[in-house]
Amino acid sequence: MTEMNIVEKIMARASGKKQVHPGDIIEAKIDKAMMNDITGPLAIEAFREMDGKKVWDKDRAIIVLDHLVPADSAQSANMHKILRDFAVEQDLKYFYDVGRGGVCHQMMMENHAKPGEMIVGADSHTCTYGAVGAFSTGIGSTDIAAVFVTGKLWFKIPKVINIVVKGKLNPPVAPKDLILYTIGQFKADGATYMGVRFAGEVIQNMSVDGRMTLCNMVVEMGAKNGIVEPDDKTAEYLKGRKLVPYEFVKGDADAEYDKTVEYNASKFEPMVACPPSVDNVKPISEIGKVEINQALLGSCTNGRLEDLRIAAGILKGKKVKKSVRALVIPASQDVYQAALREGLLETFVESGVLVCGPNCGPCYGGHLGLLAAGETCVSSTNRNFVGRMGSPKAMVYLASPATVAASAISGRITDPRHLEG
Amino acid sequence: MMMDIKGKVIKYGDSVNTDVIIPSKFLVLIDPKDLAKHAMEGIDPDFSEKVKDRKIIVAGRNFGSGSSREQAPVSLKYAGVQCVLAESFARIFYRNAINIGLPIVECDGISKKVDDGEELEVIPREGLIKNLTKETKLKANPIPDFLLEIMEKGLVEYMKERKVKK
Ligand code: SF4
Repeated sequence: MTEMNIVEKIMARASGKKQVHPGDIIEAKIDKAMMNDITGPLAIEAFREMDGKKVWDKDRAIIVLDHLVPADSAQSANMHKILRDFAVEQDLKYFYDVGRGGVCHQMMMENHAKPGEMIVGADSHTCTYGAVGAFSTGIGSTDIAAVFVTGKLWFKIPKVINIVVKGKLNPPVAPKDLILYTIGQFKADGATYMGVRFAGEVIQNMSVDGRMTLCNMVVEMGAKNGIVEPDDKTAEYLKGRKLVPYEFVKGDADAEYDKTVEYNASKFEPMVACPPSVDNVKPISEIGKVEINQALLGSCTNGRLEDLRIAAGILKGKKVKKSVRALVIPASQDVYQAALREGLLETFVESGVLVCGPNCGPCYGGHLGLLAAGETCVSSTNRNFVGRMGSPKAMVYLASPATVAASAISGRITDPRHLEG
Repeated sequence: MMMDIKGKVIKYGDSVNTDVIIPSKFLVLIDPKDLAKHAMEGIDPDFSEKVKDRKIIVAGRNFGSGSSREQAPVSLKYAGVQCVLAESFARIFYRNAINIGLPIVECDGISKKVDDGEELEVIPREGLIKNLTKETKLKANPIPDFLLEIMEKGLVEYMKERKVKK
């Protein structure tokens, strides 16, 4: 037997094998499967065409409405209705309707994902759940339909890149800056088909919220999944979310990786991904003067309590610049409620921020805060492709919550370490 | 059995992402024929004209990166695209295209060896791409047999047959 890394361990378990190697093709049993309002309607059509009668497990097939919430047109209302009717017909235990959920990945992390599980979702950022040591990856509508019918799916065992992060992240430098730096190094296809494991002291000291930000964005360098070995921080998180019982699956100590790279985070400065691609990453000191029209805090990347706390800390007692629209979109009802109780939402409102209900917002160009031609947005989200947030002539810069908040105040992209006044 | 694929080339560069293949605002369209009208609108306003007599897309690295939207390969297929050849594909796009029966083949060096408007013949089963204009042959990266079967039938048919066999 050769030693196996955490990805191989989970995939071997899920396919009933003792040993797997990169390149092997397996059929895995799926622990949980998720679809949302963009990918779901097509999937349900495929489910019916496959002669699907009953989902394989009504407690493990999960549907979340999040992309066009609340419905912004008769067409999206119809998409929601298709899913709502399906959930009733199939007696699904977990259907997150308007006002009772949030962004699909946040729902999965708050209520479902556990270490060692095989999870698939019809959304590319499904890779987020590696933050608790699960294998999770995005698939399309027809694939998820097949999973809803059979509870199984084929996979190729990926090679795994091991990223070891040493030193210390000096706040306000954040996990977002680390992952932007990493994508800038690997480029948009540098990890295509591969797994990415994060390790080292910076990761050990990082909250599960922060680990989610890292794992969330590995797909921006083409990766299949991102993962962190579960530890005390994971256990604490799972206990807090009542995600019990669970079992840790860890990689062997001498496991092999396709390659190991080491970063020292101590000298990092805030990073910005400049348009038109996520891998166009620069340290904030090198981007010059960039005036903004909109500042957006939210999404499955950075819409959690930790992110809102940092932004509120910066905005407290200050005003959003007159030339800027600032939006805060908590990633879930739970985040929204916690932020409400802590007074964070009050801080935002007093600063002149529009606080929206939990959903994807303008992150993917659906609704709520799209951009006109020639406008610029600094955003805590994960993609800045041409046309991603409205007009193809708008520009999106990706940055950390601290950078977004500092920029909202000054009206241009601003290093949160150097905010004056 | 899959027909062999023959046609002229429309060529693109690296990292053509799903947001430009089918921009988000069209994702509320459920009918594939409606999606097809907007295929490639985010990158090439002339695509709908070009695709009338050119049915093979050749691209560089990382074609189909970004979101998991299956509407991207669906829009290409219904616009009349017969096959996409690229240096590499993003993995979700790769799975999606095969699942909906849009032939898709990885081929190292293709973007340097094929030019816009040239005529190709593609034989996925044999991993062979013939450049009929230049009279050259290119070797595609191999595709496992079960995937070729899914690509020929689409995953829906494949699943149906599998269930019957069980
Ligand atoms: S928040 Fe953005 S990236 Fe996350 S699921 Fe929603 S649209 Fe996708």
